[in-house]
Parts: sequence; C-alpha cells; structure tokens
Amino acid sequence: MNENWALFKRNLSDFWKTFRKNRLGLLGAFLVVTSILVATFAPWLTPYSPSDIIRDEGGHGLTFASPAVHAPLGTDDAGHDVWTQLVFGARISLMVGFMAGFIAMFVGSLFGILAGYFGGAVDNLLMRITDILLVIPDLPLMLILVATIRQMDLKISPLTVLIAVIGLLYWTSTARLIRSQVLTIKERQFVARARAIGAGHGHIIRKHILPQIMPLIVANTVLILSTAILVESGLAFLGLGDPTQPSWGTMLNFAFDRSAVTNGAWWFYLPPGLAIVWVTLGCVLLGNVLEEMLNPRLTAHHLEGDQNMVPRAPSSSEETRGMIAVPGKGAE
Amino acid sequence: MNRRDYLLRKFGLSMVTIFVVVIINFLLFRVLPGDPVRAVVGRNVRISAQTQQALREQFGLDKPVFPDQFFDTLGQWAQGNLGVSWSLRRPVSEVLMSKLWNTVLLIGLGQLLSIIFGVILGLLAGWKRKTAIDVGALTFSLIAWAIPTFWLGIILLAAGSTWFGLPTGGIVSPINVGKPLYTVIPDVARHLILPTFTLTILYLGEYMLIMRSSILEVLSEDYILTAKAKGMSHWQVLWKHALKNAMLPIVTLIALNLGFTVSGAIYIETVFSYDGLGKLFQTALTKQDYPLLQGAFLLLAVSVIIANMAADVLYAVLDPRVKES
Repeated sequence: MNENWALFKRNLSDFWKTFRKNRLGLLGAFLVVTSILVATFAPWLTPYSPSDIIRDEGGHGLTFASPAVHAPLGTDDAGHDVWTQLVFGARISLMVGFMAGFIAMFVGSLFGILAGYFGGAVDNLLMRITDILLVIPDLPLMLILVATIRQMDLKISPLTVLIAVIGLLYWTSTARLIRSQVLTIKERQFVARARAIGAGHGHIIRKHILPQIMPLIVANTVLILSTAILVESGLAFLGLGDPTQPSWGTMLNFAFDRSAVTNGAWWFYLPPGLAIVWVTLGCVLLGNVLEEMLNPRLTAHHLEGDQNMVPRAPSSSEETRGMIAVPGKGAE
Repeated sequence: MNRRDYLLRKFGLSMVTIFVVVIINFLLFRVLPGDPVRAVVGRNVRISAQTQQALREQFGLDKPVFPDQFFDTLGQWAQGNLGVSWSLRRPVSEVLMSKLWNTVLLIGLGQLLSIIFGVILGLLAGWKRKTAIDVGALTFSLIAWAIPTFWLGIILLAAGSTWFGLPTGGIVSPINVGKPLYTVIPDVARHLILPTFTLTILYLGEYMLIMRSSILEVLSEDYILTAKAKGMSHWQVLWKHALKNAMLPIVTLIALNLGFTVSGAIYIETVFSYDGLGKLFQTALTKQDYPLLQGAFLLLAVSVIIANMAADVLYAVLDPRVKES
C-alpha cells in the first residue's frame, strides 16, 4: 500500500512537471477551477439572493437597468440582478453538466470495457447499440424525451430529467475510445500471464485493464463535461430548464424570449453566454492537453519546411557539427 | 469482407436504426398520460361520450396496444399519415412538407460554404503545421466549438441588425410577400445572410479540423516523400497526390454531421425566427403539440439515418480499400 502510494505520488509529480509547461493546459485548468470556485462560493460573491428585485428610491422595480454600482451587470426584465443570477446559475449549469458528464463517462467506460474485453457477441451487441445511438439525431431525440417525461407526472425534478437524458445519450464516443484501448491492452503479455496463473475476468479488468485506461477515462471525462454543459445550455435555451433554478441556458432563454436583444440589454444576454464559453473552453483545453499527454500521436510529416530534401546548411559551421540531415525536418 | 457484404451490413444496420426510431416514437406517444382520444382530436375540443367511443373504435384505440395498434400505426406512418397537429389543426405531413424546403435551403447553403472554407483552411493548416495559419485555424475551431450555437446566433443577430441593418428574423419581409421574384429573391437573400453565416461558423471548425488531421496523416505517407523526391513542388504534391485521399473523411463527415446539422437548424431557426423545420420543432415543443413533435422527429431521424447510409455507400464507391478484404 505504502509502495503504491509512493508510486502514485511520483507519477503525479512527473505529470505536474510536464503539465505546468503547457500554457494551454494551464489556461484550461484556470478557467475550469475559477468557474467551480464561483459556483461554490456564489452566496458570498453577491449581496443579493437570486429572487431579490432591485428597486429605485420610489420602490419601483428596475427592469432592464444598465450596469451600475449596486448592480454591476445591470438588471433583467423582472428587475433581478444579472450578476447574482449569473453566479447562482453557475451552480445549476455546472451541477447538471458534471452529473450528466459523469453518468456518460460511467456508461461509456462500462460499455467500452465490456465490449473490448469480452469481444465476440458481447462486443457486437454493445457496438451495434452504440452505432444506432450515434446515428439518431441527438437534439430532437432529447427534446422529445424530455418533453414526454415531463408530461408523465413522475414527480421527478426537471433538472434530474435533464441530467439523466444527457448522461444516457452522450456516452457513445467514450465507449468507442475505451473499447479500442482495451482491445490493445488485453493482448499484452501481462494480461496473458495473469490469465495463465488463473486470474478471473473481474480481477483482470480491475487490476490490469482499469489502471491502464484510467488516464484516458479522466481526459475523456473532461471533454465530455464540456459537451454536457453545452447541451444543457441548449436544452435550457429551448425552454426545458427549470425556471425556478435558472442555469445560464435558462437565463439566455429568458433574455431571448423577453426581447433583451431588441431592448439593447446586452448585459443580460452577453454574460451567460460568455460564462458558458469560459467553462466549455476550459474543459476542452484541459481535456485536449491531457489527451495529448497520455496519447501521443504523429509529430512530423514529409512536407514540413521548404522544398529541399536536405536542410539548408546553417550559416555558422559550428552548429552543423554532429548534425544529421533528417528529411522533412528541414526548417525546424 | 467484400463490398457487397459491407453495403448489406450498413443497410441492415440502418433498417434496424429506423425500426428503433419508430419504436421510440410509438412508445413515447403511448406513455403520455390521459385519454389517447385526446391525443387524436386535441385536448381542448369538447366531444360527447358517444363521439369519444366512436372515435376510439375508428382509430382502433379499443384494440390492444400490441400488436394491433402498433402495426396499425406503423402502416399509417408508412403511408405518410402522421396524424393531425393540435395547434395548427392541419395534417402533420402537410405542415412538415411546407417547411422542409426552407430548412433544406438554409442547411444546404451553410454546409456548402463551410465545406469549401473548411477544406481550404484545413489543408493550409495541416500543410503549414505549427505556423501562424495553423495556430489561428486551431484557435478558431476551438472557440467555435465552445460557443453555444444559439448564443452565437443571438450575438450575430444583435450585431447584424444594429450595425448592418439586416433583418432580425423570418424569410421574407411582410411587405414583399406576393411581389414578383426580382423583389422577393434579394429580400430572401438578405434574410438568409445571418442564419447562414452562423451555421457556416458553426460547421466550419469541424471540417477544418478533420481536413487538417486527414492531410497530416496523408502527408506522412511514404508515397508523398517519393513524390517530393521526384522533384514535384509542394502544390503539385498536394493537388495531385494528397488532396484526393485526404478528402475521403470529409465525405463521411458530411453525412455524419447531418445529425449535428439538424441540431444547429433547431437553434438557429429559433433564434432567427426562420420558418423551417427547426422552428416548427421548437414551436411544437413549447405548445406541447405531440403529433407534430412526433412527426417532425420521425422525419428528421429517418432523413439523417438515410443520409448516413448514403454516405457509407458513397464511401465504398470512392475508397478502393473497401473493395477487397
């Protein structure tokens, strides 16, 4: 146990050494972490509660008021403070996105591992299900699913329905990715040896396959999170959010429906969108960098540099000492 | 696996997928609470008990859900009879057909522009890897991916109508309805600018990325090195040897993207009040017009599935590697 812990710590510090050199990755991590912090500390970031109505001296609600000291991002059509809506909206958007993302990751990994590890009929069945789901247009499917489930009087909160529908539809890419990784890992010698000394399927999957694909799952989860948050915002924009717990998408739905655009109330429709871009961009940057670090691909091609087959001799003769001409790596 | 088996398998899978869509559509319609008669005549129509019973018998609602009702509905759908819209009081298929071409026009234009620009930019980005073009193209596609479609639409709507005086929605200005074509066409074009531009930005990033990675892969092949060694210029190598092979993934992407395209159309038509299938879907959703919703879903899903199948066929024709095992 102690040994494992030391190994884990060493791997983590190695990882951090590589990661911190990657500016895009750091930017992504910054965007994600700040948004999580804002969501966590929302009540401390604003003097109002989301339902408070900002009033002038005469006690009249200020609707579509432009940004001022007491309301840094102005007010919406009902006189609510937009900044307050925004920081509290972060909670809903992130919660729905994260929970749906984790469900998708779990289902996708499960399908991928089972299909890749067992192969044959299991693989065939699971991958055909994946193929079918992949082809059906996702947004119309989600819209009719959410709309019908809402009508069924199941006493499930609207947000739970959103989480379940997004989570149970967005696992296909994860399943394919994990499956292809498992396919290569299960052919390796350590798996064959484990099987030879009598290890069961459960043991092999838990102790040999899972640790190998874990990094990939983590990277993929971060990418799935961005999709889930985007999809949630879209569904909420189309009116499927919970109006009593507005997310950023719901805010945009209100802004659009109540003609913030024609009223020129940019403070109402710009911030929620920017917030969505902030988080999704963060997740994509972070996810891509993680994936790149864990899944190295091609690093050069033949038409890089100029049209010469052999690199031009550098001007200083000293630099050429010991250099071998590598085709295609000319100008670097 | 030879080409025929490959095509048969793809065809089989498409049929299964259509069947799954049909089942989802049928089941969702049945789980809705309340009397199914209401689902046929609409909720707010007052009818007597006898009429209800007569309707029930007429629509076969007194028979068991499976197999009678199921196959009955299936037969109706196969004949293009999708029921009557609650909110519009017109046959669903008629409503869908009246909006279909508007959406095809919008999506077609957006796809065409994004493919042209996506292929060119992706080619440049892959060829000039790690240069300013490449970094710029990657940054653009990254940001285009992270921006919610509808929000981009809202911003372009605000900017376009404020600064460029473009129309904020619809397809034709009301005053131009019924005017001769030379007045209508420029007006329609003006209405199309913003939605098409939004769609193009939305799709462009992905085509660019796929083209870039595809060209990178092709350029790492040995035959490219051979071509270069023969003394061909970069342009010649790209045009004669790389482009054709690198374009293959784009072909499948066009069809695979169609599902994504449909999502884009729903958002963009909603934002720009563009009178197409997407807007119709959104309206049906807010008005809880289930027959319309189900019909629209059936139409969209089946078209996307068929488009996917078409792409598979095209791919098999274009890529000689599919021919032999």
